[in-house]
Amino acid sequence: MSYHSVVMVKQVPDTANISGQVMKPDGTVNRSKLPTVFNPEDKVALELALQLRDRYGGTVRVLTMGPLKASDLLRDCLYMGADEAFLVSDRRFAGADTLATSYVLAAALKRLAPFDIVFAGRQAIDGDTAQVGPQTAEKLGLPQITYAEGILGAEDGKIQVRRKIDQGYEVLEGTLPLLITVVKDAAAPRPSRAKRVMAFKNARTLMELEKMAEANSLLYIDQLKEEYLSKGLFIQTMTADDLDVDLTRCGLAGSPTKVHKIDSVVLGANEHETIPTTKDGMYALIDKLMEDHIFG
Amino acid sequence: MNEKKPQVWVFVEQRDGKPADVSLELLSKGRKLAESLRGELKAVLIGHDVEDLAKELFGYGASEVLLADHPELKHYNTLPYSRLVSELVDEHQPRIVLFGASFVGRDLAPRVASHTLSGLTADCTDLQISDVTYLRQDYAELLLQIRPAFGGNIIATIICPDSPVQMATVREGVMEKIPLAQPVDGRITPIPYTPQGPDELVRIIERHREDNKVDLKAAPIIVSGGYGMGNFQNFQILYELAHLIGGEVAGTRAAVDAGFIDHNRQVGQTGVTVRPKLYIACGISGAIQHRAGMQDANKIIAINSDPDAPIFGICHYRIVGDVMEVIPMLIDAYKHKLK
Ligand SMILES: Cc1cc2nc3c(=O)[nH]c(=O)nc-3n(C[C@H](O)[C@H](O)[C@H](O)COP(=O)(O)OP(=O)(O)OC[C@H]3O[C@@H](n4cnc5c(N)ncnc54)[C@H](O)[C@@H]3O)c2cc1C
Ligand SMILES: Cc1cc2nc3c(=O)[nH]c(=O)nc-3n(C[C@H](O)[C@H](O)[C@H](O)COP(=O)(O)OP(=O)(O)OC[C@H]3O[C@@H](n4cnc5c(N)ncnc54)[C@H](O)[C@@H]3O)c2cc1C
Repeated sequence: MSYHSVVMVKQVPDTANISGQVMKPDGTVNRSKLPTVFNPEDKVALELALQLRDRYGGTVRVLTMGPLKASDLLRDCLYMGADEAFLVSDRRFAGADTLATSYVLAAALKRLAPFDIVFAGRQAIDGDTAQVGPQTAEKLGLPQITYAEGILGAEDGKIQVRRKIDQGYEVLEGTLPLLITVVKDAAAPRPSRAKRVMAFKNARTLMELEKMAEANSLLYIDQLKEEYLSKGLFIQTMTADDLDVDLTRCGLAGSPTKVHKIDSVVLGANEHETIPTTKDGMYALIDKLMEDHIFG
Repeated sequence: MNEKKPQVWVFVEQRDGKPADVSLELLSKGRKLAESLRGELKAVLIGHDVEDLAKELFGYGASEVLLADHPELKHYNTLPYSRLVSELVDEHQPRIVLFGASFVGRDLAPRVASHTLSGLTADCTDLQISDVTYLRQDYAELLLQIRPAFGGNIIATIICPDSPVQMATVREGVMEKIPLAQPVDGRITPIPYTPQGPDELVRIIERHREDNKVDLKAAPIIVSGGYGMGNFQNFQILYELAHLIGGEVAGTRAAVDAGFIDHNRQVGQTGVTVRPKLYIACGISGAIQHRAGMQDANKIIAINSDPDAPIFGICHYRIVGDVMEVIPMLIDAYKHKLK
């Protein structure tokens, strides 16, 4: 039996490697200088989906909601081996919290039905909430397995998954279709294959083709689209108009959580006492700790 | 409008019939929030044969425990648990619902929030009640949900101005566990559970749990080593110091990655959060992800050979020097003074 998967992927600022250049002189982070990367756990999720396809056959499609620039991420997925890529992009989706994000992603997934498994990363390294996966599952009425460490096997419409729990692990058996969120250690993502890079580096979204057509009066958008579609290089884009969504539940408007205030973490100068590295210095330190009621 | 007192709820997580520490910590915090709102604190407990545990929650200020007790609810299972909690929230519309940011809480809370269309803020490090002006509108007594994001590089204050129910998750060890001297006179309200077909869509086949032998969170003193300890051999001196002064040994992720110490003793964002009376940081640079797990220690001693190491920015006692010289001096000084 073969399985059809959709992997939810997100392009994120590289918060793990905040280097000197992205620090402002006052010690705060300059977010616009942060390069974007493939959210690490989503890459692992894609790898798991590809392994499932290698083993049992089927298809792997990838889906992201983000700005037009997120098409870079989708090309990366095609390089790794995804069969098809979908971009959900609309200004009206901007500023979404996890509830509004999962609402739109669930609506897009309904357009991609039927599928057996929706894969997601456990969490994205920018918002770090780990909420979008379970919320998407709830909206689709799907069961979920979070914190998956590996897929043990699939048979007769059921899948066996090993997942992390507090101080240990569980093996679960889930009935398909379901949603799985994946942790970092579950698999090592394969590198992109040179042949696929050659094949898909020209994959384009509708908006990217429109830009090409605008820049060159000899190109007609309908023809371009036709040509890219026929070559398998068309990245499908969905906007609010393509989805069955209530706009009051999308984007900032549909987000119950609001960011009221943001403080960059600045290393504050703290009042501390320097202890000389001498015998007397150490004695004095022990005395102070006794005064602090820590020793004695 | 609802005439009832505002309610603060805590989902109490039980592991093999015992309450998770994080749930008791949240009840302690929830009590304060309920006081600020002049409201009531309630607990939601799901499991099997957990009536005794339910009574224990009165000792943390819960005036009512909503208890679903059924053999099939013994272990956490996403669908039945989330259905039960979602229905309770729909029916009672509590003002605030708190969950532990544990494996269970992070599986459950987003589903409940999605079902009830509530705002949910992840991994809060602080919760306060305050009046807020947001986009020129005044809101009374909102929950300020303070959380790190961007890999710990920023701290965001999140509010849910228009959401009737405000939900948040909090990690273990972030709030303080404060039992009451005298338990409140609370009541247990049984919540019926009828198994439904979909509850079985995901079944547990095997479970493996080991009790965590080290309890860093309970240690009054922690001696912690970083990559600057140099090697495994040098690292062992920390056990000598810890043993002498009655502490536990911990480390940074760099020390764990280098094999100096086991992962279950890692302090920080992806390890344990601790707030001991004394934290001695040896050869630790003070990366933000490490500080996230220890900066609330009562007193911090930092030993580092780099006079500009960031750890000195949060310490109380600063010692510039080589760990392999300073630590033996500290050991001698302690022996001289206290033995
Ligand atoms: C400082 C800050 C704090 C925030 N705090 C909160 C908060 O507490 N609560 C809240 O509701 N929102 C919060 N948000 C908003 C939240 O970051 C966004 O809604 C974000 O789009 C999704 O959340 P996440 O990054 O936490 O994803 P997670 O829930 O951590 O992502 C889990 C997985 O879902 C999938 N996924 C997530 N987003 C997408 C996408 N756009 N396209 C495809 N797949 C996706 C990926 O597989 C990902 O690995 C915050 C934002 C900021 C800037
Ligand atoms: C998503 C994420 C999560 C993370 N989670 C955690 C976490 O939970 N916990 C954690 O600790 N880290 C975590 N990290 C890693 C963190 O960013 C740092 O890399 C780590 O804390 C550094 O450890 P360190 O201080 O031991 O090592 P280093 O940064 O290498 O510092 C070593 C220090 O030792 C000093 N030194 C060297 N030799 C000597 C000597 N002979 N005597 C005295 N001092 C000496 C040096 O001056 C230096 O300051 C995380 C990172 C990421 C990206």
